[in-house]
Amino acid sequence: MKFSESWLREWVNPAVSRDELAHQITMAGLEVDSVEAVAGEFSGVVIGEVVECGQHPDADKLRVTKVNVGADELLDIVCGAPNCRQGLKVAVAVVGAVLPGDFKIKKAKLRGQPSHGMLCSFSELGISEDHSGIIELPADAPVGQDIREYLQLNDATIEVDLTPNRADCLGIRGLAREVGVLNNAEVCEPQISPVVATIDAALQITLQAPEACPRYLGRVIKGVNVNTVSPLWLTEKLRRSGVRSIDPIVDVTNFVLLELGHPMHAFNLAAIDGGINVRLANEGEKLTLLDESEVTLQTNTLVIADDNKALAMAGIFGGLHSGVTETTKDILLESAFFAPLAITGRARQYGLHTDASHRYERGVDPQLQRTAMERATQLLLDIVGGEAGPVVEAVSDTHLPKAASVTLRKTRLQKVLGISVADEQVREILQRLGMQVTETPEGWQAIVPQYRFDISIEEDLIEEIARVYGYNNIPNVAPTASLKMLDSQESNTPLNTFKQALVQRGYQEAISYSFVDPKVQNALFPEQASLTLPHPISADMSVMRVSLWSGLLPLVAYNQKRQQQRVRLFETGLRFIPDASAENGVRQELMIAGVISGNRFAEHWDSKDTGVDFFDAKADVEALLRQTARFGDFRFEKAEHSALHPGQSAAIYAGEQLIGYMGTVHPQFEKLLGTSGRCVVFELKVADLEQRAIPSAQDISKFPANRRDIAIVVDEQLAVGDILSTIEKFGGNQLVGLNLFDVYRGQGIAEGKKSLAISLTLQSVEKTLEEQQIQAVVNEILVQLNERFGATLRD
Amino acid sequence: MELEAIIQQAEAEINAASVVAELEEVRVDYMGKKGKLTEQLKSLGKLSAEERPAAGQKINEAKQRIQQLLTAKGEQLRMAALNAKLASETVDVTLPGRHSEVGGLHPVSRTIARIESFFNELGFAVKSGPEVEDAFHNFDALNIPAHHPARADHDTFYFNPDLMLRTQTSGVQIRTMEAEAPPLRIISPGRVYRNDYDQTHTPMFHQVEGLMVDKNVSFTELKGILHDFLNHFFEKELTVRFRPSYFPFTEPSAEVDVMGDNGKWLEVLGCGMVHPNVLRSVGIDPEVYTGFAFGMGVERLTMLRYGVNDLRAFFENDLRFLKQFN
Repeated sequence: MKFSESWLREWVNPAVSRDELAHQITMAGLEVDSVEAVAGEFSGVVIGEVVECGQHPDADKLRVTKVNVGADELLDIVCGAPNCRQGLKVAVAVVGAVLPGDFKIKKAKLRGQPSHGMLCSFSELGISEDHSGIIELPADAPVGQDIREYLQLNDATIEVDLTPNRADCLGIRGLAREVGVLNNAEVCEPQISPVVATIDAALQITLQAPEACPRYLGRVIKGVNVNTVSPLWLTEKLRRSGVRSIDPIVDVTNFVLLELGHPMHAFNLAAIDGGINVRLANEGEKLTLLDESEVTLQTNTLVIADDNKALAMAGIFGGLHSGVTETTKDILLESAFFAPLAITGRARQYGLHTDASHRYERGVDPQLQRTAMERATQLLLDIVGGEAGPVVEAVSDTHLPKAASVTLRKTRLQKVLGISVADEQVREILQRLGMQVTETPEGWQAIVPQYRFDISIEEDLIEEIARVYGYNNIPNVAPTASLKMLDSQESNTPLNTFKQALVQRGYQEAISYSFVDPKVQNALFPEQASLTLPHPISADMSVMRVSLWSGLLPLVAYNQKRQQQRVRLFETGLRFIPDASAENGVRQELMIAGVISGNRFAEHWDSKDTGVDFFDAKADVEALLRQTARFGDFRFEKAEHSALHPGQSAAIYAGEQLIGYMGTVHPQFEKLLGTSGRCVVFELKVADLEQRAIPSAQDISKFPANRRDIAIVVDEQLAVGDILSTIEKFGGNQLVGLNLFDVYRGQGIAEGKKSLAISLTLQSVEKTLEEQQIQAVVNEILVQLNERFGATLRD
Repeated sequence: MELEAIIQQAEAEINAASVVAELEEVRVDYMGKKGKLTEQLKSLGKLSAEERPAAGQKINEAKQRIQQLLTAKGEQLRMAALNAKLASETVDVTLPGRHSEVGGLHPVSRTIARIESFFNELGFAVKSGPEVEDAFHNFDALNIPAHHPARADHDTFYFNPDLMLRTQTSGVQIRTMEAEAPPLRIISPGRVYRNDYDQTHTPMFHQVEGLMVDKNVSFTELKGILHDFLNHFFEKELTVRFRPSYFPFTEPSAEVDVMGDNGKWLEVLGCGMVHPNVLRSVGIDPEVYTGFAFGMGVERLTMLRYGVNDLRAFFENDLRFLKQFN
């Protein structure tokens, strides 16, 4: 909400500077967003009267004038404005004046005619954009007076960002009350007296939905002149509050909106058939709004209707048919209270948000309707003329909100704030806030003024006390609590351990959006359903990731395009898998994923470099698995995965549980992803890694270990993992070490075969093994390998 | 004379040896089984019994003398050989080491880790929760009923009216209070989402929210802990102010500003005393327990701490940006 400082000061004028005022308002919880001067910096501009105005002899578009600025002589001024005419009161920049932009006014000649000053437009004074003509001042403007003084231009527009609870401050009246409270200053409300009806014209008003509209006031005003121009004081107040002048009737209703915080509406009386019915919309009922859009009303929407049709969406927007136009002669003025719950959310339902709906859904003072009506009537009669009928009020007292009575206990106040505020001060603060306070044995009972919709419970009063007392006058105290140790289970590996393992292996952590490009995701995971955002930021951020790869892989391309060829990135975060059996139908699983691309190592003087492959990423995955201290529980199996190279993809298992995949990204996606070169990815479910084995120490053997190397030849297709696990199985408990140290294909080995060199380390905890015993174990292993895999010893 | 001549000859040969192997040849030549001194000892048998001790002694003295010469020279040669070897092994210690690369955490993670560590030490447990959240945990339980203007202010990404991307991590507080009884001290870091994208807003960002519920938690303590946190986080004494504000789930509510280097106030936190309706919605008696809650924008804190100017850089993941935080 924007307002004019001087307008506020008409209501309450504490002896504080502009900056102090803005600070006070901010610190009261009404955050000041900006403070802007209402006019440019200028001096030497006074009110003048155009005494003579004639055509310039040598220029069609110029006029030569004589202007009275209250000095001994009239000033000769040449003016190019089309609205310059004799008798007009104008703003004159006299010789010596300095206009915004350090523009100095000097004696000049324009096409041969002397010009001793300048008649100014609003834009030339930095007041508005309007440069269509010179400023037209009211006929009674005093000649010679400084224009800054006359128009009160040493004013500022202050914008406050109000929180939804403080609807009472959506008007000068509420802001003034607040400033009055903060400064303990008196608020001078303008005198608003009832306007006596001079005609009998009136409409019947029926409240058909009294819970939604418990009070509706209507008044007929006949014979208005809509084509009058709004006076300068009015348009200036509106302008300084960020509201454009439209026509005098809208200007007046907007003025009341800004001054009292109360929305008003004016109907063209001629468009109303019969009386006014305030009711809920009928099924399928249509209404064309003032912006000429047609809406089909929903039955939860309150409308102002006549005997035949809906005229307006109550508290939200007027209808076109009953709108005031240039030809309107008679109007019906509305001042109503609509219950917040009947308005809230409705405007949004139709994609609307108006000044009226903004206020009604937050709460308008239910006692203010008559005051607003009288204020608007008087202003209208003054500006557009006409004759007012009587105010017709329809009210359902039982449905009007009741003033809240709230208890405040001293003990509670102290418990919540942690300080004790003197009883007298509490009472005084509450009273300044307009509450009727009575003392009780435990504290106070406060009857809350009805414009404070936000105060209904004890904590609300406590906040008010704290706010006026000053948050920054409340001390900072370190909390006290019982010392209680946090659970820290050694058998549970924190996520950070895995992250650090990757960091130590040269990975950078990435954080990518959880919503990804459906084109990428559908290509990588064509069979996995995903959640779609109905209203995404953009199409390429519209589906929730089913794998972190969907977000990570585009980052490879992003970096490659920025000359970063070597990429090692990882991310942790949730993936979102639709699953009817999960809470809210979505399985949200914490994953850890990575991608590598480019060279294996950063370029180095002592190593030839090669591109990364499957086994680089596998080493990183193994490093993660080793963090669990139960590396033996995990295994890799050849797998098929839609995103991966068919010959370079693995499923990773913990026992029988599938915990993730890794592999080389299928080269067919290079174009779509925009990547160049091989990318190897992995992704693991963190929940399956977290459990960590607690060490259980064994005595170490005192006897020597014996190493035996074997070289076996097997079919190329055989998985080495199967061979190693078979050796482990049949090696018995004396086999304490097992290592594959060479894989060989080529000369000496038949086509379609490979040779595996494996070292076996044997050791007993009881004795030194003898050759015979060692050989027995090795033989058993060879027999098993031969039986199961057809493995033969290499010659 | 013969013995003296042998010694002199041996000495000359020892001096002439330039490598250990040559010296060994000299040793064998004199001291070996068929060496010149050994021959001398053997010749003792030809002497009479009276002559033998004196002659024997002389030979032994000669032997000791040659042995000393051999040992000294041997030491000298080994030292020379070692020195030569060491000299040949000299490296340029200024050459870079092999593959010493280390990566790094994302700056947002770094900030979260620091925040967690401050609060961990005060006994706050770290909790996390789902990011696709239901209306109850994201709004209703937080005292934001349907149609509340605060719902509209949130720019929520809805899947349907009852399911959305969480707009705050407060749902985690509700889930914790549903599951555990007070006293409670938790913080909940994580991703949150708002449908807003411009220079100062990204549709996803991170919050850390904190909650403390106990029998005598007060506003003075909320102020105390946050002051303390900000001073520790920025590692300097900041000018901090608490400004009344409004959140449906706290009462009283405040926003916390710090004075920036440019003399302008910067909003860094929202906080307040937990609204009694929130406590009631999870079955905690607000007459017995009070609590405070706070929430901070991680990106904002990270930008202030490390001088990052563009919020969007956090999610572009340009390696050149990320590596600055290693």
